[in-house]
Amino acid sequence: MTERMTDVALPPVLTLRDLTVHRGAAKILDRVNLSLGQGETLALVGESGAGKSTIAVAIMRLLGNAKIDGTIELAGEGDLLALTERQMVKLRGQRLSMIFQDAGAALNPSYTVGRQLSTTLRRIQGLSKDAARERAVELFTSVGINDPEGRMSAFPHQLSGGMQQRVMVAIALAGSPDLLLADEPTSALDVTIQAQIVRLILTLTRERGASCIFVLHDLALASQSCDRIAVLYAGQVVESGPAHDVLEHHRHPYTQQLKSCVLEIGTKTLTAPEGTVPSHAQMPPGCRFSTRCPRALPRCAGEAPPLVPVRSTAAGPLDHHIACWNPE
Amino acid sequence: MTLPPQAPNAPPVQPIFELIEVEQVFEVPKPGRPLFSRDTVGLRALDGVRLSIRKGTSLAIVGESGSGKSTLLRVLLGLDKPSGGRALYRGKPIGEARAQGTDFARDVAMVYQDARGSLDPRMTIGAILAEPLRHFNIVPPEGEAQRIAHLLDRVGLPVDAAERFPSGLSGGQVRRVAIARALASEPSVLVADEAVSGLDVSTQAQLLTLLQSLQRDMGLTLAFITHDLGVASYLCEEIAIMYLGRIVETGPTDAVLNAPAHPYSAALRAAAPQFFEPLSEPLPGEIPSPLDLPKGCRFSTRCPVAQSDCQSKDPQLGKLGSGRAVACIHPITQA
Repeated sequence: MTERMTDVALPPVLTLRDLTVHRGAAKILDRVNLSLGQGETLALVGESGAGKSTIAVAIMRLLGNAKIDGTIELAGEGDLLALTERQMVKLRGQRLSMIFQDAGAALNPSYTVGRQLSTTLRRIQGLSKDAARERAVELFTSVGINDPEGRMSAFPHQLSGGMQQRVMVAIALAGSPDLLLADEPTSALDVTIQAQIVRLILTLTRERGASCIFVLHDLALASQSCDRIAVLYAGQVVESGPAHDVLEHHRHPYTQQLKSCVLEIGTKTLTAPEGTVPSHAQMPPGCRFSTRCPRALPRCAGEAPPLVPVRSTAAGPLDHHIACWNPE
Repeated sequence: MTLPPQAPNAPPVQPIFELIEVEQVFEVPKPGRPLFSRDTVGLRALDGVRLSIRKGTSLAIVGESGSGKSTLLRVLLGLDKPSGGRALYRGKPIGEARAQGTDFARDVAMVYQDARGSLDPRMTIGAILAEPLRHFNIVPPEGEAQRIAHLLDRVGLPVDAAERFPSGLSGGQVRRVAIARALASEPSVLVADEAVSGLDVSTQAQLLTLLQSLQRDMGLTLAFITHDLGVASYLCEEIAIMYLGRIVETGPTDAVLNAPAHPYSAALRAAAPQFFEPLSEPLPGEIPSPLDLPKGCRFSTRCPVAQSDCQSKDPQLGKLGSGRAVACIHPITQA
């Protein structure tokens, strides 16, 4: 079993306070509170529409003109939401960078991958053309691309999905960011390639002492790759804390439900949950899970439960948080 | 490797599907050919596939992209004629069975991977379900509405879904419609291509419990293509693992997954996420191009336990214990 660190001693790199994203009348993120210590990996898990990717995109400030409330504090920079776009452009790639889900779509089809990486290096690090090329070959080698010299002149469509994702990782790490956001980096890949890419991202971020937020839908993969897990449902964080506590000593009924749906090899019994996530027009003002919750109380639909710290074990630290009026 | 021995010669029951040394070679443009040249090379999408699907069983066909799963499916459905070997449906070549009227199409139903794309966006769900009912004369016209309501109920959709269009349904609901349409012709075989992939886990759980109850209650024979070993292990009694156009291991799902004999099965097993297990050592490299198959065993380029003879001898699928078969010169033996 790998050792899991706690976030007590770590200075936070990123803190989200009451982050709320509006889209029209709907709140697609509702008062999200999270923090991430230096060198930590955090998994955002949940089903589609839970707001996992929205959090990552909001941190990059790439949500366009959506109305955003709350704060996103990055160590040394203050509230990212208060920065000008010009200041943000400087941070992207240098302090924070993002790996997108579909590398094939995120790479520019009309430039070679070598050129895309060198352009990034020249912009971020101010390297000369030759120095950038040299550094690009080094980066391609470090992400495990065979024949890096030759692949410099390849176009994205000439590479397999796994290779495209390696190029994305190289571009994201070009400026040695201290926060890497990976949005489902492996969901389009085969399992054996998925294992390669997850290990690659973890190794490279650890080497650089960077923190990492993984957006995942696979709870088992989250438990294998991340120190901490935040479970989201319909735009709200329902439970967060060290991976082991959240998955083994979960207190929120939704975490329980999500975990019971995971099929491991050898799973023979499966209880399917009832119903679906309500649409934003029908979202209850209180706990958004209350419409499907087996433990719902009369107050749940009307009154939103705050995210409060709990102890998973009698003597444990208070680093496990849940938002529930009637926890298990 | 000790498994309880089966009756030595179980009575020979004719399988629903039987594939004997099936090959499927596509002529594709030769890579790097000059402009206007017509040089082609053979792409061996399927290469010596042996498989039999018995009545009432559920078989998972598992493999990564490029392993030939979908080509195999097209052969099973008679959409493509294999370029070599024999593909039989109840003892008859599939192409022949298909040409002899509507019985084959009625008996073998398909759920496509892209459920939304497989439904006409301009037809209501009711009209979509009515089509196979009319085509195969399943019910007299006056019983149609009732049968549609019954089908919708069977897959867990409300009756008023019949008036809606596919665009008004969620991803999980359109998959249910696709299943209902497949069941409309009262088939005995259901072939499904990644029918639950790309869905949220709770929706996936709902569909899997539905498919399992359908299979049990209706005695369906199920051929289920998936890349998810957890899904295979939940839904299917038997499993066939494919790599580069060949079945490398087949047998009862639990036996194969608990004690994989082929190193590729073992690698797939290890790569499947498991709670709190340390991340597995991934297989090196990627699946080679089927245009340029490795010499000898096709897995030898990535195999962690390959030996020198693996590069010269191409192993065929051979028997291994009860109901299992493996295509490997040095299969893994459990101590």
